[in-house]
Amino acid sequence: MPVRLEIRPLPTASIQPLRRSHDAPCPILFAPFAKRMGCLLSLSLLAALPAFGQAPPAPAARFVVVLDAAHGGDDTGGRLGNPTAAAQPEKAFTLALSVRVRSLLAARGFSVVTTRESDVSVTDDRRAEIANRANAQACLSLHASQSGSGIHLYASSLTPAEPARLLAWKTAQAAYVTRSLALAGVLNSALGHAAMTVTLGSTALPSIDSMACPAVAIEIAPELGPNRAITGALDDPAYQARVATALAAAIVQWRAEVRQP
Amino acid sequence: MIPRYQTILFVILLVASIVMSVVLWQLRDRAHQRLLAGQDSAPTQAPEVAPAEQATLLVANDTDNSLLTQTLSLPLPPSSGARARAILGKLLDLYAAPDAAHPVPGGAASIAQVFLLPVPAPDDAPVSGPPANSPQAAAPKDSGTGPQLAVVNLTGAFAASHPSGLETETLTVLSICATLHANLPRVTQVRFLVDGQTRLTLAGHADLTRTYLAAQAVPAEGNHP
Ligand SMILES: [Zn+2]
Repeated sequence: MPVRLEIRPLPTASIQPLRRSHDAPCPILFAPFAKRMGCLLSLSLLAALPAFGQAPPAPAARFVVVLDAAHGGDDTGGRLGNPTAAAQPEKAFTLALSVRVRSLLAARGFSVVTTRESDVSVTDDRRAEIANRANAQACLSLHASQSGSGIHLYASSLTPAEPARLLAWKTAQAAYVTRSLALAGVLNSALGHAAMTVTLGSTALPSIDSMACPAVAIEIAPELGPNRAITGALDDPAYQARVATALAAAIVQWRAEVRQP
Repeated sequence: MIPRYQTILFVILLVASIVMSVVLWQLRDRAHQRLLAGQDSAPTQAPEVAPAEQATLLVANDTDNSLLTQTLSLPLPPSSGARARAILGKLLDLYAAPDAAHPVPGGAASIAQVFLLPVPAPDDAPVSGPPANSPQAAAPKDSGTGPQLAVVNLTGAFAASHPSGLETETLTVLSICATLHANLPRVTQVRFLVDGQTRLTLAGHADLTRTYLAAQAVPAEGNHP
């Protein structure tokens, strides 16, 4: 079989990104036109961001949380539920969870921005665009899977970069990786507090890698008890409610940490 | 008034279409079961004449998101590419076994080929590089000592039947990268193809368009001996 082996110089690599000098800083002067426009876009987006971390926001400032219900439209995501039973597409689960968490957060005084409110396709770039325009203090990308157990938290695997440096669109998250890991830590402890099994990891996820905010991908898996028996099924409304409540509690804790002088 | 013969014809056609859909459904189910069983592993078995050698597998575990080191004695062919394929085949056989901690159907037949190539020089490297006779300049062309890029060509059936999820897909990618690096230390980078083509993701999540750095593929929290 003829196999075409084309090794293209792709922007990043993961598990740790393969750093190439042409993608980390914005080579505005020497970059091709498209790249230059991408750089200018991220430049303007970064310029629009407040000087986060330099001064704590005033207590009255709105604390914005972006909820990104992954998949949607043609992209159904994984199939959830017992293979023999009627399978629920991941896109429906993530949307329902996003709606649930949104109302919990809104009730706690958060300003919530969602990347989709219905079953529509949203590109990774569009998701990042919505998140970056929202000027958010936390961006949660919601996934679900039948594999594994409990809650899987993933931060970007990009190498942390200096926040002051300008970054290409595809690696905008690099400047936020440290804070994303802190957010994952807060989520980990809050979910653990709610007696949930949590695993932590890092991965290369294009939608997260372009987000200029503390961002964590959260994958909900069924809860397994001893002997790997399912104690919390994904289609169990009680389990969904527990997950949503625990996530909202974690964000409340994150707000408290961010606002600490 | 509908003539009687038309009613009978309609009923016959209706019954026939129901029967056909049931048969079709059963065939589809059987094909799916066959795919899940992943029994067809004949083509990648290492030749029996090859001497048995120690191979280190980094086996994924979905429950705690870890890679577990497992040492096995396997008959391994002498050429590096075939060795890599045999070792990865064994790894995927473990995943296809019933009660696997990281269940993925397909088994050894899912690894179509593994190509080992010299790591390509960065295209943005300065023109005034090291002199041609220096070790750095010789390394990429030298097949004996320089770092290698492993291109793992997976079958379409493997990608199609891989469970979807951030954790499960990431673990498959990580365990393949880590296992390659553990057995062939010169492999520093890994790329994936599916049926010889680049593919966006493995099953909706893990990015297959990237070059993975094999040495860093071991998650920090896993790896219990
Ligand atoms: Zn997903």
